[in-house]
Amino acid sequence: MRHIISVLLENEAGALSRVSGLFSARGFNIESLTVAQTNDPGLSRMTIVSSGTDRVIEQIVKQLNKLIDVVKVIDLTDQDHVERELMLVKVCVKKKDELEVKQLVDIFSCKIVDVSDRTYTIEIAGKTRKLNAFLNALDFAIVMEVSRTGVTGISRGRTII
Amino acid sequence: MKLNGAQILINSLQSEGVEYVFGYPGGAVLHIYDALEIQNKINHILVRHEQGATHAADGYARVSGKPGVVLVTSGPGITNAVTGIATAHMDSIPMVVISGQVPSPLIGGDAFQEVDAVGITRSCVKHNFLVKDIKDIAETVKRAFHIATTGRPGPVLIDIPKDITIAQMTAEPYPKTVDIRSYKPTVKASDRQIKKAAQLIAKSRRPILYSGGGSVIGNASKELREFTRLLNFPITQTLMGLGAYPGTDELSVGMLGMHGTYEANMAMHGSDCVVAIGARFDDRITGNLAKFCPTAKVIHIDIDPSSISKNVIADIPIVGQVGQVLSALTTELKDLKLADISKWWTQINDWRSVDSLAYKRTEGVIKPQTVIETLYEVTKGEAIVTSDVGQHQMWAAQYYKFDEPRRWINSGGLGTMGFGLPAAMGAKLADPSRDVACVTGEGSIQMMLQELSTMLQYNTPVKIVSLNNGYLGMVRQWQEFFYEKRYAMSYMDALPDFVKLAESYGHVGIQVEKEVDLKPALIEAFAQKDKTVFLDILTDPTENVFPMIPAGGGHSDMLLAGRDDMVSKNETDFTAV
Repeated sequence: MRHIISVLLENEAGALSRVSGLFSARGFNIESLTVAQTNDPGLSRMTIVSSGTDRVIEQIVKQLNKLIDVVKVIDLTDQDHVERELMLVKVCVKKKDELEVKQLVDIFSCKIVDVSDRTYTIEIAGKTRKLNAFLNALDFAIVMEVSRTGVTGISRGRTII
Repeated sequence: MKLNGAQILINSLQSEGVEYVFGYPGGAVLHIYDALEIQNKINHILVRHEQGATHAADGYARVSGKPGVVLVTSGPGITNAVTGIATAHMDSIPMVVISGQVPSPLIGGDAFQEVDAVGITRSCVKHNFLVKDIKDIAETVKRAFHIATTGRPGPVLIDIPKDITIAQMTAEPYPKTVDIRSYKPTVKASDRQIKKAAQLIAKSRRPILYSGGGSVIGNASKELREFTRLLNFPITQTLMGLGAYPGTDELSVGMLGMHGTYEANMAMHGSDCVVAIGARFDDRITGNLAKFCPTAKVIHIDIDPSSISKNVIADIPIVGQVGQVLSALTTELKDLKLADISKWWTQINDWRSVDSLAYKRTEGVIKPQTVIETLYEVTKGEAIVTSDVGQHQMWAAQYYKFDEPRRWINSGGLGTMGFGLPAAMGAKLADPSRDVACVTGEGSIQMMLQELSTMLQYNTPVKIVSLNNGYLGMVRQWQEFFYEKRYAMSYMDALPDFVKLAESYGHVGIQVEKEVDLKPALIEAFAQKDKTVFLDILTDPTENVFPMIPAGGGHSDMLLAGRDDMVSKNETDFTAV
């Protein structure tokens, strides 16, 4: 099953490689990983999407906790949470496609952030499924390139990591 | 007063009470060596290879309980040390390794003797640091020792660029305390889990205690003895745990696992309640997980939460310091009525009567088992025994009955050939008054031979008991059983004359060819208190280690020596009591 694991860790050089090294050394899979500094400049927050049996996920959480730089780990999947991913899509638009692309942008409530001669760059945020649906809706032939951030997430309500 | 980084580092080590540093100099650590030279609190042991430094520090740590300290240079210095660091990591040995690094401005430029030490060691240390500022040296050393020695211990690396050791600053007092917000190992276990476990233990009718390295490293021997004796339960110990509970005691059923005793493995197989104490269900212990302890509830005590339910799911996990958990359990169980386990003991004694460690003596050849038994006799079971890796390691574990912890020193997790000799040197430094024997083979000993030179220089007399059978015995054994006797590269030809070799290093060499000479030779060796003696003992080249659980087998699938052409007297469906 897919799990979203949120990790609070010391904002130290090499902290990211400790986490990614752990995943590769122990054969855990990573679907996506995002990391950036938090409101506390001494701390980074990492969001990892992984999948595996409950036992594997339990080991992932325990092994992450064992890393000296890791302050806290939670499995967001266990609780009510918000998850978002951002995607930038560059499409090649001929005159005949313009309307269709604009309609899709409306339907998915996303926006065109860059326009050039025959290309649109579209920004879309949402759950992974929504991003996938948008990509599927676009004519495959016109998609030039895609850049996705991977999922980040946060729990709902007053609960914090 | 202004000090340079190297002096601050050495002062920090002094503040940590470091007695010995095992190391080897080089360009990047010249300032550190200079700082060592102008003080006299810390003794430096100049090894002949950095791997030897790590194993010696490891042996020192295992015997003394204090962290071993290693100092190596950048590049090949640290890469040579990696095997020893990984060895310590697998066996949870506290160690602090200081490696020199090229000057900060050169890092990343493929400078002479540059490697990414932090990157290379990441997966085999508990933690590592790259010091970027002279102001951080003392704090980093403090943290490193704290991390290495608390929780589940392990090696910590401090990589220090040369320019940091040259820089100067006004000396500050060494930090007294350390607080790492992201590192708070659990010590005290949950009372609820203790109560639950006590209930299960009291009810169990076929219990077995399975104690591992955690009981030794966690200094829980006293608590383990009280607990076991209160319950009158059978206890089996892992390769890493031997000695925490006396091996000669009536309640001890010996080692378990791949080369464990029949009674230990059968008791695990038939048990209804396995209490794992500071043990991690290693594959050499469990055999085939699908066949592991089919009828048992598992209570797992460990200081490392990630060890729990990693290989075997624990019914009652208890995270905590082993000694503390055991004394809490003992208190709890004093008030509970225990189930009658006399029938279980009858069953176990029946398994015991199989005498799975029996072996046949043959006229004209020295059996390796006899060597260990004689070693035990000559040293009255009181020596510290280090070992290398292979058949001799298993025989030493099986036939030398350790009654005290920190006497049996071997590389259990990583299985590092070459460990034994430098570890013996470290052990001797940690406990100079005790006899130290290094049980090895002609294969393993050649991996770290050069340390014979160090042992002369620092006068660390140990007795090297080399079981020379001309083969990489364990490899040969597997080839005999599972590769249709195709002995690929397991025969070692062109061996040196070990007697002359020992003599050329300034030690004493004795070759033993006949069994009749064995005991006198061992007596003579141990009588030479201040000499390292190399006993080159020619043993039966075809002897195998039994019992043995072949790959894919469970605890009841043992091969026993000389019985039904190696088919064991298995009792998979014995009558449960």
